[in-house]
Order: sequence, then structure tokens, then C-alpha cells
Amino acid sequence: MSTRTIILRGRKVVGGCAEGEALVTREAISGWGGIDPMTGTVIETHHELRGVSFKDKVLVFPGAKGSSGWSNAFHMARLTNSAPKAMVFNIMNTKIALGAVVTHAPAVTGFDQDPLSVIETGDWVKVDGDRGVVEVTKRGV
Amino acid sequence: MTLTDGEKAMLDGACGPGKQKAMELLVRYAEALGAERFVDTNNVAGVPGSSSLFLQNYYKQHAGNGDYETIYSLYDLDSDVVVPVPKASSYCCHLQGGMDPELWPAQGMSREAYEHFREDEAAVASHGIQLLKTCTPYLAGNVPVKGEHCAWMESSAVVFLNSVIGARTNTEGRESTSAATITGKIPDWGLHRDEYRYGTHAIEVEVPVESVMDWGMFGYFVGQAVEENIPVITGACGQPNLIRHKHFGAAAASSGGVEMYHIVGSTPEAATREMAFGPRKPVATIKYGPAERRAVYERLNSNGSRSDVDFVMLGCPHYSIEQLWEVARLLDGKKISDRCRLWIFTSRAVKSTADLNGYTKTIQDAGGLLMTDTCSAIARAVPPGTRVVALDSAKQSHYLPAIMGIEAWFGTTEDCIRAALTGRWNGALA
Repeated sequence: MSTRTIILRGRKVVGGCAEGEALVTREAISGWGGIDPMTGTVIETHHELRGVSFKDKVLVFPGAKGSSGWSNAFHMARLTNSAPKAMVFNIMNTKIALGAVVTHAPAVTGFDQDPLSVIETGDWVKVDGDRGVVEVTKRGV
Repeated sequence: MTLTDGEKAMLDGACGPGKQKAMELLVRYAEALGAERFVDTNNVAGVPGSSSLFLQNYYKQHAGNGDYETIYSLYDLDSDVVVPVPKASSYCCHLQGGMDPELWPAQGMSREAYEHFREDEAAVASHGIQLLKTCTPYLAGNVPVKGEHCAWMESSAVVFLNSVIGARTNTEGRESTSAATITGKIPDWGLHRDEYRYGTHAIEVEVPVESVMDWGMFGYFVGQAVEENIPVITGACGQPNLIRHKHFGAAAASSGGVEMYHIVGSTPEAATREMAFGPRKPVATIKYGPAERRAVYERLNSNGSRSDVDFVMLGCPHYSIEQLWEVARLLDGKKISDRCRLWIFTSRAVKSTADLNGYTKTIQDAGGLLMTDTCSAIARAVPPGTRVVALDSAKQSHYLPAIMGIEAWFGTTEDCIRAALTGRWNGALA
């Protein structure tokens, strides 16, 4: 079994360090009405992650969409211990900025390479929010 | 970021611990965004300090208290300590709530939840927050003016405010609006700034977009096509009225994250195509023709298979008085099927007019209920045993089946009323 490590550099959204298994989607995520904050499960009807939970994962996704209840949904997920361990995303907007802040999960954006191309579900990801560094260890083949 | 002396004073605690905690949160939020400064706002729409039973019980268990100040401090302001919460210093109106103030038993709410709702409402009012209790504040007493800097939640209201009125807000969240209510500050980022308000995508309409249903479908298509970008619409769509804007924007904000759109020759920042795009070149040109219209209709109806309808829900976003007038005409002198329930949602302000005009009674006489404050998706409330719902809102069709695990049909208001009267879905794309 071989491992391979890749470093992505971006900018801090929320500080702190966390690591975990990546859960990657190319589809933006809705908060309110798109996830179940009690379990961290995506419930949006047509979403590719429907039925999958991001609890304790490093969530790698394009960004936030939908209702203004995005921060509220992720904030609630934090209270139920169902939030992601960290967030890695591409597109900044108010929903994700506020949502990441109140989720207290380290979060990084603005990368030198596209995390959606580099990271696959199951890879091990270390997120250093303060330095804006994401270290990806590819799943062994 | 650069702070004014007044902002520094709040952050340093010179204006009390409540404003201090609010500024701390706003600074964390602004830095996450990459904003360089704040803008003053005296028009906020949010749900400051309001809570569900879940939140109340959570804080009772974890903080020893689930009262208004505890929830406002620990949840809304994301503070680590409970602080005295000052009264609103900015004009703030409360958006939707969790239940109808009178018809809550029909919505399946417990007396405990209702009593909490009443306490919550009294606390909101005592903090100087207006109890509009609606997702359509612009139909209930809060209409901003062009250029006004606001801090609004509720994606359907945000897109209406930016696009139709020409006022300025990002899609704010619960915590940022609660902080803005007591500080009068919000990050000067995104749609507060001219350069963010120009169009990004050209949408060319090649099929007539006329009915309210058409506008809902078109909005759902546009949201999918542009995600959270800014569409500039040209072509066969005429001059939509308020209801059509309301349904278009709500749908576009749900399927994508549209916070602003331009309709050339119609919306205030789009007198011409050049004005709508400003210095930007469209990144893509997207056609909306008969095939796209059919596809979006089918997608919105992909959650329905059984034609027996046991619930019809109207009023997403909250119905205007014009829509209640239409429903009253469709129901006048008729009875809905005893296999079906009909719930229609609006604001208290609009309902008071419906009461005066006799529409509330017409709906009741037909066997339906006119409800305020909430909706099925927000309250997670449908009649017991509901398996199949009929809806005239693309937004509600997007959310309700996912939230409640039920089948849904989407069609015109008339299709929905017919379903309520017969207990069967008979909608089709005209």
C-alpha cells in the first residue's frame, strides 16, 4: 500500500486545526431544508450526497446555496455533534462565511489548486485553518 | 479590517457586553468573508432570539437556562457567556415563526410548544423587534427604498429586495441579523457594493413566460442554470407583477442561490442590457425554450406518483391579498373533498385584510384553513397521515418533499384548488 501527500494552500476562513476523512461533492450544499441537523445527513432530493452524513468528516464542496437558514442549520448540527470536522470549499458567500464561523470548524478557501480535483472521498485530510494549509493523504491503493 | 471609532467602542465593550459580543461575531464573520469594513444599516429582517423547543431544551440542559437572553447570547451571538441583551437599535422585523397563533392544534403542536411560542413572542416584542411574522415583510409593512443598505434573512425576500426594489442586502443569516439588530452594522461586502450587482449570465427567453406557475418554473430553471450568479433576462417575458417576481425569485433562490437578477427594461438596475451587465461580459448565454420549460415541469413533478391528493398547501412565499382574492373566487360556494385538507399561509397583516374582505370565511366555509406566521416546511407541519401534497410553489416543491418525506405535485393555483375539491391530481403542462 502506498500513500501520497499533497499540500493545498488557501486562506483562513475559520482558524483551528482538525483532521479526518474527506467527504467530497461537486454540488453546492443547502443548509436549512438541505440537511438534517440532527444527524448531519444531506436530505436534498436531487443531491448526489442524499442520505450521506458529513458528521465528523472533512467536508470538501463548492460552497453553500439555498436558504438563509444555512448558518442556522450548521450551527444546530454543531449542537448535536453532527457537524463536519472541517470545511474546504471554493466559492465564498455570506451563507458559508457565517455558517463556518458559527460551526467553529476550521475552514479554508481560496486555494492555489482546486480541492475538488485533488481530494477524493476517503482521502485523509488535515486542515490548518490559521495557516490556510490543507494536507491531503491519498487513500492507499 | 478598518473599524470606525464607534465600531471600536462597541468592540472594546464601551457600549456594554451585548453590543461587544455582537461586534465580536460580526468581525469574525466579516474577516471570514474578506470584508474590509462595515456599512450602517437601519433595516434588519431576522428572527432575533426566537427559538424552537429544541433550542430551549438544549440550553436548559447545557447552560442551565433556556430563556430569551441565554439563547440570544449563546446561540444568536455565538457568545461564550450570557450577556444582557440590549433592545434593538436598528429597525428590525421578525420573519416567519414556528406555528399559527390560533390554529396550532391543527398543526399538531403541543401546548408546551405553544406556551413557549407565546413567551418568545413577548420577549421579541419587548426588545423592540416588530412582529411581522412573515417571509414577505415587503407585503406586511417593511418596504425598503432603492439603494437602502439592509440586513435581511429569508432568501426569497432578499432576492426581491435586491432585484425588484433595488435596495441592498446579502443573504444574511440568523446570527448576523441578530447582531445587526443591536449594532446597526453589517459587513460591506457583496451586494452592498456596486461592482457585485452587475449581471454575470445572459438568459434568453424563447417561450412565453406568463402565468405565476410559468414564473415559478422559470425561476427554478434559472437557479439551476446560474447557481448563485446574477442572471440578466431578455426576451418573451413581458412585465411580471409582484406575485410573479415573488414566485420567480423564491424558486431561483431555492434551486440555486440567486440573490439578485435583472430583467431588461423592467427591474430598476436594468433599464438596458448594457446597464445590467455594466463592465462585465456575460460568462455564458443560456436559452430557456419549450424543451427547457417541459424539463423543469417534469423535474418539479418528479416527487409525485400517486394521483390521490390528501393535502393542498398554498402560500409559499406567503400569499398576497391578490392571491387570496383569487383563491376565494375559486372556492366560492364549493366544498373541498373530505379526503383532502387545504392550508393557505399568509402574514397577519394580509390576513386582517382577508378577514375584512370575507376571504377567510370563504376559505373556512369550503373546509380550508387560512394560517399565518409559518408554513408547512418551516413548522414541519402537515395534516396527520399526509402522503401526497399539491403545491403551486416551486420553492415549496423543492423543500417540502425532502423535509417531510412525502410525494408532491406542482401546478397552477387552479390545479391545486381542483385537487382540493376532488382529492385527485389532474395537473398538466399547458
